[in-house]
Amino acid sequence: MSTEFMIIDNMPVELAGEKNVLDVIRKAGIELPTFCYHSELSVYGACRMCVVEDKWGTIHASCSTPPKAGMELRTNTPRLRKYRKMILELFLANHCRDCTTCEKNGKCKLQELAQRFGIKKVRFDNTSPDADMDTSSRCITRDKSKCILCGDCVRVCEEVQNVGAIDFAHRGSKMQVTTAFDEPIARTNCVGCGQCAAVCPTGAIVIKNDTSKLWKELSDENTKVLVQIAPAVRVGIGEAFGLPEGKNAMGRIVAALRRIGFNEVFDTTVGADLTVLEETGEFLGRLQKGEKLPLFTSCCPAWVKYAEFNYPDLIDHISTCRSPMQMFGSVLKEHYSHSHKKVVVVAVMPCTAKKEEAARDEFKEDGVPYVDYVISTQELIQMIREAGIVFSEIEPEAVDMPFGNTSGAGVIFGVTGGVTEAVVRRISDDKSISALRAIAFTGIRGMEGVKEAKLDVGGREVNIAIVSGLKNADDLIKQIQSGEKSYDFIEVMACPGGCICGAGQPVATGEGKKNRSSGLYEADRMSNIKRSEENPVIMALYGGLLKGKTHQLLHVEYHRKG
Amino acid sequence: MLLNREELKTVGEQYKAAFDAQQKKILVCAGTGCVAGGSLEIHAELKRLIEEKGLHCAVTLEKEPHDETVGIKKSGCHGFCEMGPLVRLEPQGWLYTKVKLEDCAEIVTESIFGGRFVERLGYKQDGKTFPTQEEIPFYKNQNRLVLEHCGQIDATSITEYLAIGGYKSFEKALFDMAPEEIVKTIEEASLRGRGGGGYPTGHKWKQVMRQKAEQKYVVCNGDEGDPGAFMDRSVMEGDPHRMLEGMMIAGIACGASEGYIYVRAEYPLAVERLEGAIREARKFGLLGENILGSGRAFDIKISKGAGAFVCGEGSALTASIEGKRGMPRVKPPRTVEQGLFGQPTVLNNVETFANVPLIIKNGAEWYKKIGPEKSPGTKAFALTGNIENTGLIEVPMGTTLREIIYEIGGGMRGGENFKAVQIGGPSGGCLTQEHLDMPLDFDSLSKAGAMIGSGGLVVMDDHTCMVEVARFFMNFTQNESCGKCVPCREGTKRMLAILEKIVSGQGEPEDISMLLELADMISATALCGLGKTAAFPVVSTIKYFRDEYEAHVVEKRCPTKTCQKLKTIVIDATLCRGCSKCARVCPVGAITGKIKEPFVIDAGKCIKCGACLESCAFKAIKED
Repeated sequence: MSTEFMIIDNMPVELAGEKNVLDVIRKAGIELPTFCYHSELSVYGACRMCVVEDKWGTIHASCSTPPKAGMELRTNTPRLRKYRKMILELFLANHCRDCTTCEKNGKCKLQELAQRFGIKKVRFDNTSPDADMDTSSRCITRDKSKCILCGDCVRVCEEVQNVGAIDFAHRGSKMQVTTAFDEPIARTNCVGCGQCAAVCPTGAIVIKNDTSKLWKELSDENTKVLVQIAPAVRVGIGEAFGLPEGKNAMGRIVAALRRIGFNEVFDTTVGADLTVLEETGEFLGRLQKGEKLPLFTSCCPAWVKYAEFNYPDLIDHISTCRSPMQMFGSVLKEHYSHSHKKVVVVAVMPCTAKKEEAARDEFKEDGVPYVDYVISTQELIQMIREAGIVFSEIEPEAVDMPFGNTSGAGVIFGVTGGVTEAVVRRISDDKSISALRAIAFTGIRGMEGVKEAKLDVGGREVNIAIVSGLKNADDLIKQIQSGEKSYDFIEVMACPGGCICGAGQPVATGEGKKNRSSGLYEADRMSNIKRSEENPVIMALYGGLLKGKTHQLLHVEYHRKG
Repeated sequence: MLLNREELKTVGEQYKAAFDAQQKKILVCAGTGCVAGGSLEIHAELKRLIEEKGLHCAVTLEKEPHDETVGIKKSGCHGFCEMGPLVRLEPQGWLYTKVKLEDCAEIVTESIFGGRFVERLGYKQDGKTFPTQEEIPFYKNQNRLVLEHCGQIDATSITEYLAIGGYKSFEKALFDMAPEEIVKTIEEASLRGRGGGGYPTGHKWKQVMRQKAEQKYVVCNGDEGDPGAFMDRSVMEGDPHRMLEGMMIAGIACGASEGYIYVRAEYPLAVERLEGAIREARKFGLLGENILGSGRAFDIKISKGAGAFVCGEGSALTASIEGKRGMPRVKPPRTVEQGLFGQPTVLNNVETFANVPLIIKNGAEWYKKIGPEKSPGTKAFALTGNIENTGLIEVPMGTTLREIIYEIGGGMRGGENFKAVQIGGPSGGCLTQEHLDMPLDFDSLSKAGAMIGSGGLVVMDDHTCMVEVARFFMNFTQNESCGKCVPCREGTKRMLAILEKIVSGQGEPEDISMLLELADMISATALCGLGKTAAFPVVSTIKYFRDEYEAHVVEKRCPTKTCQKLKTIVIDATLCRGCSKCARVCPVGAITGKIKEPFVIDAGKCIKCGACLESCAFKAIKED
C-alpha cells in the first residue's frame, strides 16, 4: 500500500492510522492548543481551541475530525487566531484572575494559553464568580469558580475509574461540574484517586495541600519528624527540577529532606518488602486451603475504597496486609515508641488517596495515626522550592539506619505489575539469576491496563492478573463473576500504570510514564538485594520488633461500606 | 389481533362501512388549545343532550350501525386555534367557532335536530359569515395533507383510521415492496426532513438500510422546542396512527425492529394519544412480533423528554433516551452509523414520518407534483404573532409569505403594517417586506439567511422592536444551551448581555460590531447545529434593521417605543390642565406641579410604568 498524506500548513504529513486530525497535526510538530482533549479519554470536543480551517474556509475541530488522505488544512490562519483568542477571552471573563495566589499558578493551562496567545485585554465584563470551595475531601480540593467545564475530570472519573462521582448539572452558562445532589465530594463514592486533579487544566480541582501544618512540625524542636519515601516518588520528581524524566533521584530527595529539617529519612521500600513476605504467606495459605481466592492486593487505598463501595462481598478476598506505607508507619511508631520527643511519621507519596488512608480509623492507635502526614510528590517539590534548595545540584545521600537496606523487589512496587513480580520472586523455588530474569518476561511487566500470567507453585498452576485503572478492575471482576475468567491472585492499582502515574506526581505524558517505569526497573537491577526475604532489615525486624506482633502491626481488617 | 393482510382488508372494509353509515357526525376539537378552552366538557354536554333527546350517540365506530346514530368524536386539532373551541358538524361541513358550554343546547336543537345553521357561531370575516369550514379563507387556501385527518376523524380511535384507509401504506410496504423499493420511493419523492435541516429522508434511510447490524432503530423526534411551534404536537395528538404508520414503514425499509418516540413530557395529551395508539396498534397485531403473518417484527416505545430544547438535536436526543445527559456529541460517527445505543438509527421528526404513508400510497410522482421540484410536499406552520388568524396551517412548499399572511392569516392584526416574520424559531432569521413574494422552501430560505426550521412563523408588525426580538431569542438560546461547548455557552451569554445592555439604553456603538464578531465565532466554531445557528436571529436583525440597533445605541431611542428603559414620558404643557390625577397615580412621586398649572415629570425618578399615561383624561402625557 502506498503511503497516504495530509497537507498541513502546506506541509505533507504522513498518515499512520491516527484517530483524528489533531494527532496528525501534533505529529507534524504543531502544538495545537486544547483544554478538553486527552488521548486516553473519549473525544469531547467542547473547548473548540483546536479548530482548523480547510481550503474552503470551513472550520473543523481537529480533535473530532478523522484524517483523510489528501485533506488540506491550515492551523494558523487569521480567523483561527481570532477565534482562539476570543474563546480564551470568554474563558477569562468568567474566571478568577488571581493567578499568583492560585494553587495551579505556573501549571495552569488557561494561564499558559492566555500567555501564549498574548491576551492582554478581556473585552467582556468580568463576571468571575466568587470562590466556591469543597474542602471536604482529604485528597482533593475543588473550587467550582475556577472550572472551565472542559469535562476532563468527569470523563476520567467515569471512563478510566468507573467511579462517576462527578458529572455535569444545569444548562447554559449555569452549567457546572458537581456531585449528585451537590453533596460535598467526601460524602460521595469518590475513592480519592485524584485523577481528576491530574487532568484538570486549571485550579478547579487540586491536590489537598498539607504542607503548612508539616512546616510547623518541622520547626518544633520537641518533635522528631520521620519521613518515608515511596518508590514511585524517586522517578517522578526529577523532571520538575530539570533532571531527565524517570531519573532516579532518591539520593537527592534524601539529602533535600534532611536539609528541610526531617530528623530521620527512610524508604517505604522497607514496607514493601514486609508486604511481600506477609502477602506471600497469606496467599500460599489461602492457596493451600483453597479459600477466599482470588486474593486481591491491598496496597492501593483507592482500590480498597472502590471495593468497599462496589463489591462489599469481595472484602474478604482483599489481602489483610496493610499497605507498605502503613506497615512501615506502624513499625516506625513502634520502633520510636520510647523516644522522649513526640514522634511524627510523614510519608511522601505519589498518591492522593494515601492521605485518606492514613486518616482511616483502622490505622490509628488511641486516635493517633501511624502515619501523621502524607504529602504528595508535588507538595514535596513545593517544599524543596520554598526551602530554596537547588535540587539539581544537591549531593545525593543515603537513607538512615536501622532501616537502610531495601530490595529491588520492593522498589518495583511503584509500577503496575511490581507487587506481583516481587511476590513471584518470593514464591519461586528457583533462585538463580536466570530464573529471576525470566520472571520479567512472563507478561507481568508493561504499561497495559490488564495483564495476565501463569505460575507453577508446587505443581499447581496459579493464574495471575494485574490491572491498573479501576474501570479495568471492574471489568475484570465482572468477567470473574460471570465465570468467564478465573484467577488466584490479582494485583489492582487504581491509577493507570501504577503508582508512578499517581495523581500526586507531576503529570506524565506517554513517554514520561515509560521512563518512570524504566527508572524503577533500573533501580531494581542496580540493587544488590533482589528479593524481599534477603533484606537483612526485614530479617532483623522479624527477629526483633515484629516478634509476636506481625498481626497487630502489619495486618488490618476492612469492613463493608457501600 | 389481525393475523394476515386479508384480515386487515376485511376489518378496514367493515369499519369503512360503519364510518360511511354514520350520517351525522359531530367533531369536537380535542387538541390542546381547544381542550384548554373546555372542549372536552362540550363533547360530554353534546353527547348528554343528544341522548336526552332519545338519539343514539356513538363515540366509537360500531360494526352494526344504528339507523339514527350521531357519531360524536374527539378530533385532532383543526388548526384554527384562534377561534377555538371548534365544533364541526357533518354531513354539512359546518364549523362552529368559540363554542361555549351554553351553546350546546342550541347546537343540538337547531343543527342536529333542526338541520339549521346557527349563524352566531359561524366564522365571520369582513362582515360575511362562512358556514362551512371549506369556505373559510383560513382553510380555503391551505393544502392539508399531513393534517388532513386532523378535525376529520376521531383522533383517539384506530378503527376510524382503518376506516379511512389507514395502515394500507404499511400493508403495501410490508407485503408488496422490497426495502430497497420503499427507500427508492422516498428518495424519488425527494422528501426532505421537516425538522429543520431539510436533509433528504430517502438518503438517510438508504444509509441505515445499508448498515450491517443486528439491531437498528427508528427514532421519531417529537421534541418540538421552538417557542410558539406546535405542528408536531398537533400531528401526535390529532393523527397519531399516521405517524406510527410512517415509523413502521421506516422500520420495514431499514431493517429495524424497534422504534422510539421521543416526546416532551410537557405534551401530556400527545403522550396519552400516542400511548393509546400504540396500545391499539398492538391489539390489532400491527405492532409486535410476526406482524400480519409477515414474519417481521416492529414495536414502538415512548420516551418522555424533560423539555430541553437541545434534546431536539439528534445525538442529544439519543443520549437522552439512553438515560444520559442530553448533550450533543461530536460527529462522526453519525446517527445513521451509530445512533441510539450505538446502533444504526433512522431519526426523523414527526411531520416527516407523517408524510411517509402518503408517499407510499400515492407514489413519488404524485408527491413531487406538490410544491417546488427540489423541496416538494407541504409544510405545516404554526402561525402566530400580530396576525388576524393564528393557528396551525399547512401549505405546499413554495407558498409565498404574502399568501400565508394576507390570505390564510387574514392580514395583519388591526390593519397594522407588516414589518417582518421570524421563521425557524431561535435558529432562524427574519424575513422582511422584500421577502414577501419569495417562495418558502428549504433552499430559497437558506439563501435569504433564514431557515424553515420546524415551522414556527412569528409575524410582526411595525410596532415590534427588532432588537428586543433578538434579545428574546438570545435569552431563549442561552437558557437552553446545553453548556457543553464554549462558543455557545459563553458566547451566547455575552451576546445576551450586550443585547440586554442595548435595550436598556446602555449600549455603545461598538456593541454592534462585537455582536457580529461573537456571532461569527459562534457560527464557525460551535459544536452542534443549535450552537452554530444560535446567533442567526441577531445577525439577521442587524442585517435588515441595523438602523434600529443604531437608534438604540447612538440616540438611546427605541424607534418602536417598545423598550421600556428607553422611553421618556413627558407632559405636554399646552394640553395639561393641572388636574393632578397623574401625580396621584404615579407610584414613585415623579410628577409634581401646582393645580391648574401644567405638571412636570422628573425623568430621573420616572420608572416608565405608564400609569400616568392611562390616567390622563386630556391626552397630555406622551411617550417620547
